[in-house]
Amino acid sequence: MKFSANSVWENRDGYDVAVIGAGHAGCEAALACARLGLRTVIFTVSVESIALMPCNPNIGGSSKGHLVREVDALGGEMGKVIDRTFIQSKMLNQSKGPAVHSLRAQADKSLYSRTMRRVLEEQENLDIKQAEVVNLLTEETEGRKKITGVQICSGGIYRCRAVVLCTGTYLRARCVYGDVSMETGPNGLQAANHLTDSLRELGIQMYRFKTGTPARIDRRTVDFSRMEEQKGDERIVPFSFATDPEQIQKEQVSCWLTYTNEKTHEIIRKNLDRSPLFSGMIEGTGPRYCPSIEDKVVKFADKKRHQVFIEPEGLETNEMYIGGMSSSLPEDVQYEMYRTVPGLEHAKIVRNAYAIEYDCIDARQLRPTLEFRNIDGLFSGGQFNGSSGYEEAAAQGLVAGINAARKLQGKEGIVLDRSQAYIGVLIDDLVTKESHEPYRMMTSRAEYRLLLRQDNADQRLTKIGYEVGLISEARYQRLLEKEKLILEETQRLEKTYVGTSSDVQELLEKYKSTALTSGINLAELIRRPELSYEKLAPVDKDRPVFPGWLGEEVQEQVNINIKYKGYIERQKRQVEQFRKMESRKIPEDIDYDQVKSLRLEALQKLKAYRPVSVGQASRISGVSPADISVLLVYMEQFRR
Amino acid sequence: MVQESQTIAAISTAVTEAGIGIVRMSGPDAFEIADCIYRGKNGKKLAQQKTHTIHYGFIEQAGETIDEVLVMLMRGPRTFTGEDTVEINCHGGVYVLKKVLDACLKHGARPAQPGEFTRRAFLNGKMDLSQAEAVIDVIQSQNDYALKSSLHQLRGSVKKKISEIRNKILYNTAFIESALDDPEHISVDGYGDTLKQEVVSLMGEIRQLIDSADDGRVMREGIRTVIVGKPNAGKSSILNFLLGEERAIVTDIAGTTRDVLQEHINLQGISLNIMDTAGIRDTSDAVEKIGVDRAMSHAQEADLILYVADSSLPLDENDREIFHLIKEKKCVILLNKTDLARKTDEEDIRRICGENNMSGIPIVPVSAKEEEGMDLLEQTLKDMFYHGEISFNSEIYITSARQKHALESALESLEKVVESIEGGMPEDFYSIDLMDAYESLGSITGDTAGEDLVNEIFSKFCMGK
Repeated sequence: MKFSANSVWENRDGYDVAVIGAGHAGCEAALACARLGLRTVIFTVSVESIALMPCNPNIGGSSKGHLVREVDALGGEMGKVIDRTFIQSKMLNQSKGPAVHSLRAQADKSLYSRTMRRVLEEQENLDIKQAEVVNLLTEETEGRKKITGVQICSGGIYRCRAVVLCTGTYLRARCVYGDVSMETGPNGLQAANHLTDSLRELGIQMYRFKTGTPARIDRRTVDFSRMEEQKGDERIVPFSFATDPEQIQKEQVSCWLTYTNEKTHEIIRKNLDRSPLFSGMIEGTGPRYCPSIEDKVVKFADKKRHQVFIEPEGLETNEMYIGGMSSSLPEDVQYEMYRTVPGLEHAKIVRNAYAIEYDCIDARQLRPTLEFRNIDGLFSGGQFNGSSGYEEAAAQGLVAGINAARKLQGKEGIVLDRSQAYIGVLIDDLVTKESHEPYRMMTSRAEYRLLLRQDNADQRLTKIGYEVGLISEARYQRLLEKEKLILEETQRLEKTYVGTSSDVQELLEKYKSTALTSGINLAELIRRPELSYEKLAPVDKDRPVFPGWLGEEVQEQVNINIKYKGYIERQKRQVEQFRKMESRKIPEDIDYDQVKSLRLEALQKLKAYRPVSVGQASRISGVSPADISVLLVYMEQFRR
Repeated sequence: MVQESQTIAAISTAVTEAGIGIVRMSGPDAFEIADCIYRGKNGKKLAQQKTHTIHYGFIEQAGETIDEVLVMLMRGPRTFTGEDTVEINCHGGVYVLKKVLDACLKHGARPAQPGEFTRRAFLNGKMDLSQAEAVIDVIQSQNDYALKSSLHQLRGSVKKKISEIRNKILYNTAFIESALDDPEHISVDGYGDTLKQEVVSLMGEIRQLIDSADDGRVMREGIRTVIVGKPNAGKSSILNFLLGEERAIVTDIAGTTRDVLQEHINLQGISLNIMDTAGIRDTSDAVEKIGVDRAMSHAQEADLILYVADSSLPLDENDREIFHLIKEKKCVILLNKTDLARKTDEEDIRRICGENNMSGIPIVPVSAKEEEGMDLLEQTLKDMFYHGEISFNSEIYITSARQKHALESALESLEKVVESIEGGMPEDFYSIDLMDAYESLGSITGDTAGEDLVNEIFSKFCMGK
């Protein structure tokens, strides 16, 4: 495709913000801007591909479920849309602590995409435009570049004051399997081949990353009798804090578990030389957390089998996703290997597995607000920033959108820190750490995960969403009510004593809990691992009745707060320490060469990363506590 | 003004065997901590005393009296750091100072970071801007020393042990975390029992390290003493002679010692951390060359050099090279092999010393073979030490205290893991304390956690999708 450089014309509609790309990041960014009152246009290469899920058919999962909840608590859309379009739902890690409970839903992909598209279409202040953006327009005043508009492939110019780049995997995208290479985005969609040059001209450093997806097969050719059925949870928990759980209890569809075997592995090993990764046809860096089946077989050679999940892509399609077997092997090898898996002996492939390569950026060029350090008004979010995953994308898109809007409204940007949200951890990691693969959220990346639970995302973030202007008054009032009830109920339990009466002792015996020898408050009993708030109901005579789902939420919070009090308080103390360092901001124009006595490694790292706070500086590897001391002394000197 | 929340402690005088030594504490809990270990004559608490006063009493720890002391009590902001400060004047002696510091740390102080007293003073406005650079120099020079000592003085075996413990902790944490991240592929159910056994055994290993920290088996404390000389001058014989055992291999083949041997000896109460090095000469043998280079770099970092000259040979170019190397150092010259016919005597040595502007260097004739001259060497070292000509940098003790403190925090974290397992907590609670232990141990070997956990998860466990 060639874009027109000759027929330059100017669109006169006048926009504040242009969002480039309508995937999960772009949708959140555009909705946030429009809802905050800015005239917004969102560009996509294909309106049909709005909120497309080109890889796995699910939203959420370990730590990603947290992100969806946080996006929701801040006023984003992802949680609401999946609540309307899921076909199976599961709370993962239920036998573990509350910090790692994580919601995951199978989506009806096509319905998800159409539902989100409808939300965009109906949004006031928001226009959808199908076009490839080829140029970013800037002007330079006093040595600083500033966004003035974008140019699309027809030559048309759309003036705007801010741009949010959410190009996902589309920039100079190339899909590869075997010796087949196609210059397209995911699912054969048109790639965006011109924008990279424009970004490079603006001095933006680009990386090339790689990821992959497995084949989709025809449901009619799968023998489910040879697989284990994986059902959804009996009681469905919604993602959005605004969704009434009663409204979404429904019939669910199943996923299916099967395994690879020695024969599968043998076929893969025999054909490794035909993989584009091994032949050097693919140069991008792939993610370690989502290895292709050939990677797994090579790297974990001693594993006799790998799990394979067969997941439906929707209610109105026969396509099924082969979770666990992404690949870039040639088509004939794909047929051969998939058909060694029990239940897939006669499987017909609808879409081949492929690897995809695309341009993205080194996100260390961004401020924590997701604005480029060197270009005023240019923001970015999602896979373009070097992350992976729908949820990671949505989270960044929301933050980039909010901050683009706030910038134009003359307000300070919103930055969540590592003690406030997984979103904070995600963005802090992206903008301060060097990364060689697409970044995936993991619960082990969150230092304060006992505080950053998916169940309390509303208590952590809804107030911020309300102040930003994305959370309604009613929803905010509901939160205040919830917090009040939690506090009252917690206090009541700490003051309610039970004695050695027979009903109490019988209840304890029932749960194999040590009998009481004297009076004790209910909170102490809840703390026993074998007991809980719910289990103590029969002996808690004065327990108030909480109405509706607010009540369920309150009881859950009370139970967690009491049960894990010791651990939670310990993390709160650590957070205090952490905040102290975070609050010491480093002047933006600091000249590290003037800071005498920094060790060379620290000097180089600080110059490259330009941390915003002393806390952030201390997390950079190669910056020692002594360097931090030196920095503190220098800053004090500077301040006086 | 920057309000620091932690109270720091360190030995703040040079550590010698004589005179008075001071342990200093600064921070909001300084008085409270001092009251935990101090017993005054009249039983009055220090916290109730007037500021800028001196008190006579005893430092006690676990019912045992450590020392008879004078405690100086100064309330902030009229102190060096601007914070509440306690200075405990002890009766010198490395052992006593360490014990007093230890007692402070046991009651809630933490070992000061390099240059931290000075940094606090500056940040609290107790020093003016013109002193900022000097402050930075103090921080960096103390840090360099701490880095060097933690790298050089940490015993190789200890470093290895700590790395092993860390690897095990990391592996176990990665296992738990990979299961949490990918519960459908990896199950961690019932893992508590296995983990408990492992953690209990790791705790035993850390306890051993803590016990050995007190008698200097973790850090090589003492005066860094390096033996240098030409090949076959008898350096290794001297080392064996000083040690009273055959530690170094001695042959009459020049260049036998190719690497650096390190030993700790105690000469009449003076602690020497002594290194035997390869003989210095111009050599074309690649392996020997490495040894020679190492010898020279160790010599440059030494507190004291024992230069072994061969009296049975005339001085040559290599000797002149050595003189040049040790010119600015505290040094004792041993004129070895007095049992053989002399080709070099004290006069020859003094002449070269003169040429290099080195005057007053003690020269001690010895015969390692006949074990003669040892008394004189010991006496010479003692004189130098008690006249203050050689001393060791007290930073080594604070480094050592920091490391012990880190071992103790690691142990505490692992105790919490066991508590969580026994209390029936879910698995995700274990990894929080496991990683705390991992980081504490890393601070000893100078390793930060960074992306270790994520890397371990990906390299050891097959994640799904």
